[in-house]
Amino acid sequence: MADFKGIQVVETSELREGEARRVSRREFIKRVIASGAVASSASFMVGGLAACTPRRAAVAGSVERLISLNVNGQVRRVDVLPQETLAMTLRYKLGLTGTKLSCDRAECGACTVMIDDVTHYSCSTLTHAVRARKVVTIEGLRGPNGELHPVQQAFVEELSPQCGFCTPGQVVAAVALLKKNPKPTREEARHAMSGNLCRCAAYDNYLNGIMRACGNLAEISHGV
Amino acid sequence: MAKDMMPHFDLYQPDSVEAAVDLAARLGSDGWLLAAGQDSYDWLKNRTKRTEAVIELTGIAALKGVREVAGGIEIGALTTLTEIEEHPLLREKFLLLSLAAGRVASPQIRNAGTLGGNLCQDTRCWYYRYGVDCYRAGGNMCYADTPEGQNREHAIFGASRCVAVQPSDTANAVVALDGSMVIRSAKGERVVPASEFFVGPALNIRRMTVLEPGEILTAVRIPSTWAGAKFYFEKIADRAAWDFALVSIAAAFKMDGDRISDSRLVVGAVECVPHRLTAVESAIKGSAKNEETGTRAGKLAIEGATTLNFNQFKIPLMENLVRRAIRGA
Ligand SMILES: Cc1cc2nc3c(=O)[nH]c(=O)nc-3n(C[C@H](O)[C@H](O)[C@H](O)COP(=O)(O)OP(=O)(O)OC[C@H]3O[C@@H](n4cnc5c(N)ncnc54)[C@H](O)[C@@H]3O)c2cc1C
Ligand code: SF4
Ligand code: FES
Ligand code: FES
Repeated sequence: MADFKGIQVVETSELREGEARRVSRREFIKRVIASGAVASSASFMVGGLAACTPRRAAVAGSVERLISLNVNGQVRRVDVLPQETLAMTLRYKLGLTGTKLSCDRAECGACTVMIDDVTHYSCSTLTHAVRARKVVTIEGLRGPNGELHPVQQAFVEELSPQCGFCTPGQVVAAVALLKKNPKPTREEARHAMSGNLCRCAAYDNYLNGIMRACGNLAEISHGV
Repeated sequence: MAKDMMPHFDLYQPDSVEAAVDLAARLGSDGWLLAAGQDSYDWLKNRTKRTEAVIELTGIAALKGVREVAGGIEIGALTTLTEIEEHPLLREKFLLLSLAAGRVASPQIRNAGTLGGNLCQDTRCWYYRYGVDCYRAGGNMCYADTPEGQNREHAIFGASRCVAVQPSDTANAVVALDGSMVIRSAKGERVVPASEFFVGPALNIRRMTVLEPGEILTAVRIPSTWAGAKFYFEKIADRAAWDFALVSIAAAFKMDGDRISDSRLVVGAVECVPHRLTAVESAIKGSAKNEETGTRAGKLAIEGATTLNFNQFKIPLMENLVRRAIRGA
């Protein structure tokens, strides 16, 4: 980038994560100034620097940007490329490999995480779009002493998983469901879990697990 | 499928409509508007489309939410499909839109996907999405409309070189409710009726809506006209979740006793735009809302349909859906 002087940070009172974004933006500018490493980095457009001169040569391997992410209740500092998906950040930058990456196209659910208590496909979420939101992955569901989450425990008891590959996504989707609807019917659970494929087709086993976890024992079905 | 990074793009995250409009104006066709990306990421990951820069809109609070305005309601373009499915005001007055939103894709996609993105999404014709040089991609042939073309999902109305269909479930409901689109650009604001927002290949084979580079859909307005009407929505797809319509119907009826005094019937996935059945609407005015009227309407609805090799089934399917919508399932 030819010069950095023309930057105006666009800020409005409507800003959703007001403080978080403003702070990170200022910090970022400070960092840029301190490091002097800004030249030609396309990544630095991240953060709504709307008045930047838009044209500049994008350089291969351009500078990554350090942001704060709230993952499993911890604020983690991490370098994130502008085009990076949350699944990539979680697995390959933060070492949280419990989140699986399968289709990478919003078509299977293996990568399901909660963002502000709502399920999302992390393969189809831009990491930079979830700054200052709360991300919870399968690793974040364990109890204070490392014990299984009640949904996980129920899945164990009901022998829900088969190969287990889709399981982290299924667990996260089930936990999110019970947060919203603590005692779903089997049919409601089936609908809520419809964004998570299982290649082993253990759907009924997962539904049994959810019925056990929420205490709806009457709707557990072990029939053939 | 590739599980590497998307190719590099500059990422802009404006936090006000003004900043977004300004960026969109300056970047023009180099600036890819990104809502939740549930359509966009496919293109970018597959390298079938590329972009220098992305303008990510989800940080703009002013573009979110449902509000009552004089004469109806206004829904911010960045409102998620889940919010639309669950919103009490929408469920009370415009249940049709909630039902349509609730049938899109999967829960996770609805949690992220926005109304604006759903309405502006590109077609699902797999030849085109695979990245071939068909008409829609700027080339000079249609791969779907050939003797061996796999065109089971394609159009039975309004084909013009391209036979792709409009994939959006919410589009049909918005058209049925006489909605309009609020569009902002550096030139100001324009409001386009939903019925004119979607464009077919005869008008422009390269895009699905009237949006020009630099224009942002900021809201969808739904007038009170159809508030609390009798609604019917049905979508037929190969799978109950995660699948696009083979044919769908969004209908609204105003009743005068047991007679239909006015109606809107919009069929999805049969044309490149939501297919409104204007002739049927006039033909059933004053008729009883029953099986007989439905049967008559179904026959009229399919007049003029043209099939391809693998989509003949869409004709009886559409006829049946029109009948069911009118008699009430
Ligand atoms: C597996 C799968 C299944 C699906 N099934 C269905 C289905 O059954 N029914 C259905 O209707 N859809 C379906 N979809 C499509 C999905 O619903 C849409 O892709 C989603 O709603 C798009 O919303 P988004 O916010 O993610 O849009 P984005 O991907 O962010 O945007 C989509 C397009 O709209 C443009 N755009 C977005 N917002 C604006 C704006 N405010 N102004 C101007 N342009 C804008 C973008 O530039 C882009 O071209 C499916 C998608 C997938 C991946
Ligand atoms: S139907 Fe349209 S999009 Fe599909 S191959 Fe033909 S021209 Fe391309
Ligand atoms: S890996 Fe994200 S949905 Fe399949
Ligand atoms: S348990 Fe094997 S994919 Fe679900």
